[in-house]
Amino acid sequence: MTVRFFARYAELVGREEAAVLLSLPATVADVVRRVREELPGARQLPERPLAAVNLKHVKLDAGVRDGDEVAFLPPVAGG
Amino acid sequence: MGEYLSREPIAVDALIAQAAAPDCGGTCVFLGTVRNGPEESGVAAIEYSAYDDMAEAELQRIVGDARERWPGARIALRHRLGHVAVGEPSIAIVAAAPHRAQAFEACRYVIEEVKRRLPVWKKEIRRDGSEVWVDPSGRPTVPPGLPDGRRPSDLPTHA
Repeated sequence: MTVRFFARYAELVGREEAAVLLSLPATVADVVRRVREELPGARQLPERPLAAVNLKHVKLDAGVRDGDEVAFLPPVAGG
Repeated sequence: MGEYLSREPIAVDALIAQAAAPDCGGTCVFLGTVRNGPEESGVAAIEYSAYDDMAEAELQRIVGDARERWPGARIALRHRLGHVAVGEPSIAIVAAAPHRAQAFEACRYVIEEVKRRLPVWKKEIRRDGSEVWVDPSGRPTVPPGLPDGRRPSDLPTHA
């Protein structure tokens, strides 16, 4: 699946996107763990970031599937 | 870019025209503008960035929710991305409804949901040349109905 990083998180990780392979079933929390282990800089991400799957806010225990777009979102600041 | 996000200055008149209808007797316009007040440290501008596809989808959901709650309401909205100077609007929301109460309520609902849910981020560009990400909460905010014990009313509101 594809993992996307935005704003400050993209700066911390040093990239905006990464491909992550996970054995399924897996949850968003598993994706967070894998990313924090594998990507330099990603350890600075919070253990429980705000997350989205396929353009919708989700809880960290939400399931993920092959082909999903998972995103980690810094605290939002729109408006 | 879709219906709601724009890199161009917001044409408020066009949004008002878009929301207008003969059966609407009240129209409420909210403009959020880039601020450099006593709480800020010499802000010259804000650079807005977004998770574009999700922000468009989220705005569609927010406007859809508002239309369900206030069935007579007509809502038009633009959120700017990119460089927005102090004093310029970063968001404009127009809510027109048969009566003023619905127009005010729908408009308020939309801006509060934007503050809570919209995947948009801002970086302050300061007059001394420094750049700082704005973290309105110091912690991640939560989408609706998430069972971590926080309610929307617990979340910070920054106008």
